[in-house]
Amino acid sequence: MSTLNRIFIKFALLLLFVALLIGVISSVAFLYPESFNNWLPFHMLRPMHTSAALFWIICGASGCICYFKNQQYPDDGLVKKLTTIFIVTWIAVIIAAFVNYAMGNFGGREYWEFPPYLNLPLLIGWLAITFLILRGFRKDTPAYEWMWMTGVVFFLITFTEQNLWQLSWFRESYIREVTVQWKANGSMVGAWNQMINGLSVYVLIRISGNEALGTSKKTYFLFFLGLFNLMFNWGHHVYNLPNANWMRGVAYAVSMTEWVILIIIIRGFRKKLDESRKLKHYLSYRFIMAAEFWLFANLFLALLMSIPALNRYTHGTHITVAHAMGTTIGINTMMLLAIIGYIFKANELSERLKKVIAFCIRFNNYSLAVFWLSLIIAGLIKGYIMVNQPDMDFNSLMKPVLPFIEAFAGAGFFVFLSLGIIVVIFLRIKVEKPNH
Amino acid sequence: MYLKEAISLPVDNPYLYQMIPKTWCFLFTLFVFYSTLVYIYSNPETQKTKVPKDVYAGMNIWQQKNCHTCHQLYGLGGYMGPDLTNMASDKTKGPAYMKVFIQYGTNKMPNFHLTETEVDQVIAFLKWVDKSGKTRVSPQSVHWTGTYIIN
Repeated sequence: MSTLNRIFIKFALLLLFVALLIGVISSVAFLYPESFNNWLPFHMLRPMHTSAALFWIICGASGCICYFKNQQYPDDGLVKKLTTIFIVTWIAVIIAAFVNYAMGNFGGREYWEFPPYLNLPLLIGWLAITFLILRGFRKDTPAYEWMWMTGVVFFLITFTEQNLWQLSWFRESYIREVTVQWKANGSMVGAWNQMINGLSVYVLIRISGNEALGTSKKTYFLFFLGLFNLMFNWGHHVYNLPNANWMRGVAYAVSMTEWVILIIIIRGFRKKLDESRKLKHYLSYRFIMAAEFWLFANLFLALLMSIPALNRYTHGTHITVAHAMGTTIGINTMMLLAIIGYIFKANELSERLKKVIAFCIRFNNYSLAVFWLSLIIAGLIKGYIMVNQPDMDFNSLMKPVLPFIEAFAGAGFFVFLSLGIIVVIFLRIKVEKPNH
Repeated sequence: MYLKEAISLPVDNPYLYQMIPKTWCFLFTLFVFYSTLVYIYSNPETQKTKVPKDVYAGMNIWQQKNCHTCHQLYGLGGYMGPDLTNMASDKTKGPAYMKVFIQYGTNKMPNFHLTETEVDQVIAFLKWVDKSGKTRVSPQSVHWTGTYIIN
């Protein structure tokens, strides 16, 4: 494994640590803003937390893809050059973004609050990884490579789309501008899900030895269903905007196709149990099993939120946060830790460390459950009051919600503790030889 | 027919591999077409009106001061403060009420030390947003199929 690639994956892990740490501080700042406003206000903390989480996922996924692509083309100079351009640019820009945050320079949009000119080098860096992924891409390649390619290409598209607000035509109408912004945000999540799903299929093949998984009809079917939803299932973010009614109709109809995934998960439950008995000694598999549970829970929540009549009660409430954080921590982070664990050969760690990691995974699951349910209950209360007592002032509305935010903050500390320990263990692994 | 054919094919059939790029390209074309429609038709205003300069200036301040981390517009944004979409037209609140908050802050909201002009620009931006629609969907807009019909 190249030094640069190793540094990049460890840089991504560091971003996860930063996201968790600032997340805990932000939750305290949310509850007691008056104690923070003079030195570290919430409006400075939140961008640091969300950007760190976002960059952890994108850098983690792209860093792992670069690693596997470099394994495929060990002697290709161009692949190495493109990897270097991508990694160097992204590390430099991310550091610059955080320096700007610390200095109080903002100006970008939600999740990308750093000064917008930094998006240009990010785009150039991403073009490098796009060329890298398209190099040697064959039509008859296994499903996981299709997923990597789709994820990388659609990240490029949605990242560009996310910046369209800088053109005056888009800013002339607030409704258009918000619709396009959330169209891009929604599809971008689908793009990194494609990258991560492809990586998890690849790692599952490697640890189970089941090569057929990469070319099975079920894998291709789920890939295309994911792609279909990536393209057209973003409307639930903007259901309440007074734009064209057919946009809501399309998003609603497309989102309902995700019930198929839920049914597939339920039908495959017994098989998964057998598989988990066989593969539980693989540390990476434990992460994947945790991710599968959270996939089921969050998918069910997402399906309910995608019904506009129910979205009326959930939009703008903490249920949206439960879904966002549940998927980011429960699914994306677990999957990425499984993949990084495989690359770093975490399975070869001492028995004591493996036991610590296994305990942390379990502990994180329990903490995340409290965290997730607290947010859902907080959201349900807020949503109910907003719909039934729309004239209630904001402070009175938040009073019954706050105890659940306190429970969420407490559970968040334990999420930080359990995942933080795993991150520290992974950061201390010395990676030397390539993993064939 | 296309789907039926695909399902009945054995996994190692080369024809299946030919269908994968075709399906991908078909979906991609559909995505480009749909995105174009969204860009054009997501603006509900039929008459083109020029956006005043102070609205743009207010929009920039909104972004530079990260107002969205605590406040929402159309339910999108943060959770610390209220949704401000229709605050300007709220008879119990309105621009004068908003101005005091923006200018001096509260124990929860920091004082951003904005000038008088900047405060007015933020309010001009929020008034402009307010005119674009309502953040809460009325019960009458909920269709029996579960979707909304918003005029």
